[in-house]
Amino acid sequence: MSAAAGTAMHRSAPNVYFFATCVIDMFAPDAGIDAIDVLERSGVTVHVPLRQTCCGQPAYTTGFPEEAAKVAAAQLDLFPEPWPIVVPSGSCCGMLKHHWPKLFANDPLRLAKAEGIAARTIEFTDYLLNVADLNLAHARRSPLRVALHTACSARREMGTLECGRALLQRLPGVELVVQAHEFECCGFGGTFSVKHPEISAAMTSDKLDAIRATGCDAMVSADCGCLLSLNLMLEKRREPQRGRHIASLIRERLDASAGEGAGR
Amino acid sequence: MNVSGSASQRARSAIFARLHEARREPAGVGVPEVDAALAPLVAEPAGESRRQRFIRHARSWQAEVIETTPLDWPVQLLALLRARGVRQLFAGPGSPIAATLQATVPADQLRWFDRELAALKPELFAADAGITTTLSGIAASGSLLLQPGVEEPRTLSLVPPLHIALLHEQALHDSLLAAIRHYGWAQAMPSNLLTITGPSKTADIQRLLVYGAHGPRELVILLVQNGDADAR
Amino acid sequence: MHAEAPIKLADFHANARAALNDPKLRDSFSGAMDFLIERRARQFPDPAAFEQLRRVGEAVRQHALARLPELLVQLEERLTALGVQVHWAETAADANAIFLDLARRHDAQLMVKGKSMVSEEIELNHAMAAQGIDCVETDMGEYILQLDGDRPSHIIMPAIHKTKRDVAEIFHEHIDGAPLTDDVNELIAIGRRALRDKFASARIGVSGVNFMVAETGSLVLVENEGNGRLCTSVPDVHIAITGIEKVIEKLEHVAPLFALLTRSATGQAITTYLNVLTGPRRPGEKDGPREMHLILLDNGRTQAYREQRFRATLQCIRCGACMNHCPVYTRIGGLSYGTTYPGPIGAIISPHLQSLHETRDLPTASSLCGACGEVCPVGIPIPDLLMRLREAGRHSVAQSATPPQQALRGQGEVRQWAEALAWKAWRLLYSHPVLYRLLVWFAARLNWLTPPWQGGWTLARAPLRPAPQSFRDRLAQRRQQRR
Repeated sequence: MSAAAGTAMHRSAPNVYFFATCVIDMFAPDAGIDAIDVLERSGVTVHVPLRQTCCGQPAYTTGFPEEAAKVAAAQLDLFPEPWPIVVPSGSCCGMLKHHWPKLFANDPLRLAKAEGIAARTIEFTDYLLNVADLNLAHARRSPLRVALHTACSARREMGTLECGRALLQRLPGVELVVQAHEFECCGFGGTFSVKHPEISAAMTSDKLDAIRATGCDAMVSADCGCLLSLNLMLEKRREPQRGRHIASLIRERLDASAGEGAGR
Repeated sequence: MNVSGSASQRARSAIFARLHEARREPAGVGVPEVDAALAPLVAEPAGESRRQRFIRHARSWQAEVIETTPLDWPVQLLALLRARGVRQLFAGPGSPIAATLQATVPADQLRWFDRELAALKPELFAADAGITTTLSGIAASGSLLLQPGVEEPRTLSLVPPLHIALLHEQALHDSLLAAIRHYGWAQAMPSNLLTITGPSKTADIQRLLVYGAHGPRELVILLVQNGDADAR
Repeated sequence: MHAEAPIKLADFHANARAALNDPKLRDSFSGAMDFLIERRARQFPDPAAFEQLRRVGEAVRQHALARLPELLVQLEERLTALGVQVHWAETAADANAIFLDLARRHDAQLMVKGKSMVSEEIELNHAMAAQGIDCVETDMGEYILQLDGDRPSHIIMPAIHKTKRDVAEIFHEHIDGAPLTDDVNELIAIGRRALRDKFASARIGVSGVNFMVAETGSLVLVENEGNGRLCTSVPDVHIAITGIEKVIEKLEHVAPLFALLTRSATGQAITTYLNVLTGPRRPGEKDGPREMHLILLDNGRTQAYREQRFRATLQCIRCGACMNHCPVYTRIGGLSYGTTYPGPIGAIISPHLQSLHETRDLPTASSLCGACGEVCPVGIPIPDLLMRLREAGRHSVAQSATPPQQALRGQGEVRQWAEALAWKAWRLLYSHPVLYRLLVWFAARLNWLTPPWQGGWTLARAPLRPAPQSFRDRLAQRRQQRR
């Protein structure tokens, strides 16, 4: 731990871009603000280009890649500095990292830009763990059983499950509980949840049941699409629990420890 | 050429025309090293002989393995026939073990597969057991490698509910791939080649495993060790 | 014997809804799929080793597809030299006509058939029954379904949706003298006895093929039950039917594919039988077919082949791992798809066998979670293919700049003006930062106007309601506070 902290100090206040995603912008602003807060506590200067909109994934996966390409094309010049681009939502991150270059296969100029972006794009938990090496040893220590849900594409394309788990393990007092069928999709799947609502609902419902069966105190994820779907089903079921972005949990534990520290 | 033959030729031309339209690499894309990729699957605990590996796997597939010797196997066979109450054992008259069987098994219990299947169906379908030799065995999976043919027909190892197979230890190969290469089949294939791994089985009803689906219910392997000149 | 239920493709939504509301079906599928997932995982304990083997499997199939016309010619030459008659069929009707012609030539009223998905694809049983020929399924699962007039719901475990109680009742009703029993051993014994008579009396045996080896002219069959061996060694005539894509170049290529197939399909390291047939019975042999035929079926495969983007579809070795791991398939079962091949592989192959329009709901019936692609033993990028099919359905040849000769059947016919318009509007808003900012600004401030009913979404979820303050509002506030 101390060696890692040492290397972090050698860096001169690194800069990152923050690609908030449209879901966070409109539906889950807390997650975005908390993610920025946590990034800043790791010693990073966060830049949020205001002309950003959406990664284009909904159109892309529904069969309208030409529309997605136009949306992506409008954002290719938002990240001019060679800084990492941190994305606080797994599947959107995968869109920038793995699919933007595919959108411009026949457009060398844009392809080069998209590839440049893809190479610098990094998922939020991956960045916190493997780049910022965030030290959480001083966070609040009260016991908390936490279930983690990871977006399928992010887990498969970028191995984010391990990052999320490792971060939770760094939080003192947090016990990771693993739900049955952890690797199974939560049923969101973008427009899938609208085109095949019954099937999607059955999947989401099973996921919620599996998470509840763990007896966890909190459920977190680093994908706001999945969270939106899970939370709105909880709301429809009139159940009080809500899943949160992993950044919100980390921030809360850090804030509380600051309070504890002052009291001591 | 009859009507359906010319239709087939028309279909053939149309299919090839469409295939040739496609962009492709007619030289193929090449295939990486097969052996290396299969190696982890056939990796076995060190210190185990090929025979031990074969036996362990064969038994895991519900085959019964009787370890025996070139001189002793007929005795073991008789004991087995007695224990199972076998009344009709089918065997190939041209088989390398035909003479030994003739000398060992009581005549009223031994039936030769000496006619075309069509003429033998009622008896073969009523028989209790069939005995065959084997070409080889696969240590990595506990499989028998059979080459049915003139001497030992295909149905001998298939129709009777008990299949007894004679396997010589020195014929064992490590893997299917090793056997394919050893026998050079790519150049000359027999009409039928088989690997047999345990008795026939099914799990088609509620995933519940049942032995004896359509082929043998029981597979007994007489594994002959220390086979010298007389063994094969 | 019942006629099979007709395919009801257009009813995918209704089928799926019915399946979701059938707790018995949900239980049997989720139990069976968990079981298969677990068994497969035990066969591939080391992901790196699996990856290495899969790369070989993928390369074997890609290599064969790259050389497909050459390998088919080589295969045909070898088979012809061995005395096998090779027939070509462009459509299901062509293939059935060949079967009928052969049955008439041999005066056969009865055929015994080993498990073959291609024979399901051409609805062989149906076509033969219409001509008074009894084509009897001999795979236990398929036999149960045929007696009941039902269809396979899984390509490897066809009767997975039946309980032993169901089977007991089916046997009791359709097999003379079958007692009503719950004992699975006894049930299998009943099936075995009933089918033995059929094996002994049929003139023609029918089988599918797992792999065809071009260099040797061999047909490779993989099975556990022994019915495939009986079908191919007892009757006088053996007719094998398969798709043109099943050819591989070399005999040794069987080894990696066989290792991948059995482990991926049922989590077994090996099946009871690997049966390699090279020509009909030879002089002096006392069994095996005197006459052997191979029917090579196209039925839309050349369409998938023509365009490189879709060619990977044909790499499939029909293991069923993609369906075992599919969260959608697990919940709705195989019958809901209404196609011969269900699950993810069905969703990517059926549009070529039928048409994009007929199968319009299948490519979208996936959350693109990627489980299928992750387990595919020959590396088919199934989620990518699903997306390409979604695109092809929604873009005509002109709209997608597809070369006309590569148009897919039904291309562009899934397009609905409202959907296309919605995405154009979306693009307009999201590619213009000013418009987008306005959208977010209004959405936050007018969030009380959120409609309580939002199509399928609100069926089981609360409405999507914009937060009263957007992320950018909050960000601006935060900056101000810090100043």
